[in-house]
Amino acid sequence: MITIFGIPLQAFLGQLLLGLVNGSFYAILSLGLAVIFGLLNVINFAHGALYMFGAFLAWMGMSYFGLNYWVMLALAPVIVGLFGILIEKFLLKHLYKLDHLYGLLLTFGITLLMEGLFRSFYGVSGQPYSTPEALRGATNLGFMVLPNYRAWVVVASVVVCLLTWFVIERTRLGALLRAGTENPKLVEAFGVNVPLMITLTYAFGVALAGFAGVLAAPILQISPLMGSNLIVVVFAVVVIGGMGSILGAIVTGLGLGVIEGLTKVFWPEASSTVVFIIMAIVLLLRPAGLFGKEK
Amino acid sequence: MNRQALGYVLFAVFLAAIPMLGIYPIFAMKIMCYALFACAFNLLLGFTGLLSFGHAAFLGSAAYASGHAIKVWGFSPELGILYGVAIAGLLGVVMGALAIRRSGIYFAMITMALSQMVYFFFLQAKFTGGEDGLQGVPRGTLFGLIDLKSDLNLYYLVMTIFVLGYFIIWRTVHSPFGQVLKAIRENEPRAISLGYDVERFKLLAFVLSALLAGLAGSTKMLIFVSATLSDATWQMSGLVILMTLIGGLGTLVGPVLGAFIVVLLENKVGDFGAAVAKLTGVEWFQRLGESVTIVIGLIFVICVLAFRRGVVGEVNAWLEKRKAVSTQA
Amino acid sequence: MKLRTLSASLMLAGFGLVSQSALANISDDVIRIGFITDMASVYSDIDGPGGIEAARMAIADAGGAINGKKIELIFADHQNKADVAAAKAREWFDQQKIDMLIGGTNSGVNLALAGIAAEKKKVFMAIGAAASDLTGSQCTPYTVHWAYDTVALARGTGSAVVKAGGKSWYFLTADYAFGHALERDTANVVKAAGGEIKGQVRAPLNSSDFSSFLLQAQSSKAQILGLANAGGDTINSIKAANEFGIGKTMKLAGLLIFINDIHSLGLNVTQGMQFTDGWYWDQNDETRAWSAKFEAKVKRKPSMIQAGDYSAVSFYLNAVKATGSDDGDTVMKWMKSNKVNDMFAKNGYVREDGRMIHDMFLMEVKKPSESKGPWDYYKQIAVLPGESVFTTLAESTCKLIKK
Repeated sequence: MITIFGIPLQAFLGQLLLGLVNGSFYAILSLGLAVIFGLLNVINFAHGALYMFGAFLAWMGMSYFGLNYWVMLALAPVIVGLFGILIEKFLLKHLYKLDHLYGLLLTFGITLLMEGLFRSFYGVSGQPYSTPEALRGATNLGFMVLPNYRAWVVVASVVVCLLTWFVIERTRLGALLRAGTENPKLVEAFGVNVPLMITLTYAFGVALAGFAGVLAAPILQISPLMGSNLIVVVFAVVVIGGMGSILGAIVTGLGLGVIEGLTKVFWPEASSTVVFIIMAIVLLLRPAGLFGKEK
Repeated sequence: MNRQALGYVLFAVFLAAIPMLGIYPIFAMKIMCYALFACAFNLLLGFTGLLSFGHAAFLGSAAYASGHAIKVWGFSPELGILYGVAIAGLLGVVMGALAIRRSGIYFAMITMALSQMVYFFFLQAKFTGGEDGLQGVPRGTLFGLIDLKSDLNLYYLVMTIFVLGYFIIWRTVHSPFGQVLKAIRENEPRAISLGYDVERFKLLAFVLSALLAGLAGSTKMLIFVSATLSDATWQMSGLVILMTLIGGLGTLVGPVLGAFIVVLLENKVGDFGAAVAKLTGVEWFQRLGESVTIVIGLIFVICVLAFRRGVVGEVNAWLEKRKAVSTQA
Repeated sequence: MKLRTLSASLMLAGFGLVSQSALANISDDVIRIGFITDMASVYSDIDGPGGIEAARMAIADAGGAINGKKIELIFADHQNKADVAAAKAREWFDQQKIDMLIGGTNSGVNLALAGIAAEKKKVFMAIGAAASDLTGSQCTPYTVHWAYDTVALARGTGSAVVKAGGKSWYFLTADYAFGHALERDTANVVKAAGGEIKGQVRAPLNSSDFSSFLLQAQSSKAQILGLANAGGDTINSIKAANEFGIGKTMKLAGLLIFINDIHSLGLNVTQGMQFTDGWYWDQNDETRAWSAKFEAKVKRKPSMIQAGDYSAVSFYLNAVKATGSDDGDTVMKWMKSNKVNDMFAKNGYVREDGRMIHDMFLMEVKKPSESKGPWDYYKQIAVLPGESVFTTLAESTCKLIKK
């Protein structure tokens, strides 16, 4: 039996792959956060709750309307995005002139509201959601049996992340977005509707969270608390990657997922804290984050 | 100044009389602990302008540390509390040193992440008992003389601690050190240009806040003779922010009132929900009681949007306006 | 700061505090029972609101009053947090003057509650919890542990599985009092029967993703995967184990399974699984009759814990009736000197350490073809006599036992 650092190769590769799966979630979520922070300068604490909302929508679509996974995969992000528009237009907008801390506090309050409401209606034990037919079963990769669905999660996340990166960095729309970040007044002077751009950006960011939620539905328990368990780790990921950096968020998300997976093999007790330890180290050495620019 | 002193004396008398008024002492003690916690937090946010999203780490670490010291090492309560405070302070130095490197939102996120690390440590560590918590800590005898098993005796100890903690904060705010903190909050670049070592002041404020939050934690541990994970969660950090926000940022009395409102809320939402359920016949309101989170979230949102000065802040502003109007007329 | 602001705050505070105390009715003319359990989280199905209903049924069957004194039930959700439960219990004892406290699910919570009840010298009945420490190292003169505990489960399931050839074990454990106790007690049984423990992994309570832990279990190459968890955690681990094909190389041993879990997972996934249970709705006419009444109210068949709730409350009320008192010591004395004979247990009794001794049963999950409908899931394989399956007095670590 081949061993790496005393751990059987099988276990090592297996955890690596599982880490990649988790990393995909980190990547999509921190991407959404990074996009929102880049343009709005708002830390969207509600990101976790909106991810949870996406997962619940998938379940509700199935249970109440018989809509299958694929439909919800497209529909849920749209609904979450619309909800995001409501939040931005009616709540967040008022706070832009103030200290950015208030945006964080507002979204924190929204998180509590959403989690409380869902918890009150559905309890905490969670709802079951089965894997879609097409993705059931598992493939024997030799060193482990990987459920097909998890492979799909990695593929879907990477594709979505790359698409987002492409749009923001390589298209005109993205250029407008980035310009709006640098100098909103000037961009507005050019006739671009900056407030609309901001609203849509927020909607897009949270739609990403909703998408991640639907992806997570078959794997994790769909519970009102699923977002809050994740959001703090995602924050750490964003701090490590450097806020406002799109590529940084993606790479850091995937990378940290893998590192966390490996930690589970060598030092399981530390697996939940390793991301924060890395964050502390990065802060000491490179306060702006690995890919970030000092703002 | 005299009117203020009179006000405080009256309040202290009221506090001392609480057990006689038939009010459940444990409830009053709980409020005082949270009030001290909120005041400590306000020192950092309201007076220095630093939003820490991880203050629960200090509450929890002090609770666990003093609980462990008293239960396992046989410390007496006063030494146990001091030990808890010291641990919180140490944690404050470490967390502060790391977090102060950045400011504003980044500072908040770093404190949140660091305190999450502390939470996970407590989750895993053997001595905390994980999900079960540290239970059955003996209250012991204070200075070998006063038996703290009696809720009444404990009440006076907690009251003294609260008054002491509040006084420390009051004194800090009204000192030259406090003035520098306010200057940093108002305009940091200017404070730097005036020659102040801003980083050092921020760190000092952070550690002081951590120490006092730790004091609140150790005291709370004695009341409930236990230390559990909920003391160190981010929800607890959020709760203390809410208390300060509702009460009034940057005021001295605000956090005390805020703590009172929030604890009362937690206790009463259940009854309120049941009453509304009976009134409207809508069964769901019954469950509202079980979800204090919804109400807290709603209040948070409303406060941030429309009520940023908090109760005391609004009252002060209203009184100022009244005075301005009356002097105009 | 203005004096006016201060006085306004004072008035508000005073009002609030006084209103708080106004709610504390002192009533000793009521027999008040407090019930704290998990109402909405991982363990809400096996006890939760259903358990409250079972307790209410017991009160109704006792006539709603004893010797003219009304019986009242108040309940609360502990959210699986020991401090929430402890604060509530303390408040109930001090302010609401409850006479008896019932602990629903969650061993950590129950251990905390036991301490408080002992301090207040009131009867505490732990029904949903499993930790054997409740009548072992942490026993008190006021604790009665009713339905089951980790030792009984370990001796029942552990020895049955080892006897059937499952000698090497790996544990997936819920990281708190119950999980540790179950793992420890089962490991002892396995080792005593000549088996081997290959390792264990501790998962946080309420984990959603068990994939990583299961992979570690698989790489241990043990024959048996012992699930030292319960409720939602068990359901999720079994589901994930299925997903990852764990069943191909290891056999799953659920150490604590409730009928709600089987109902949630379905017979396809769980058929053939053997485990220990303290009660089943389809055992005899008495159980069937009571379960029908329960189902009419709660819309599902009762679990062992819910049946235990009914039985324990009835027993307590009998004690109060017989002794004419709700004093903790008096009631405890009666309970420890009388037998339990109801639809839950036959010839059961409460030992000096508080442990309620009664027969347990080795059950096996039916194949889908063998089941005639929903909730018809078990076949009874063997009766495990109480005396042999619970901790014996000689083994007990309880300080109340005189050796």
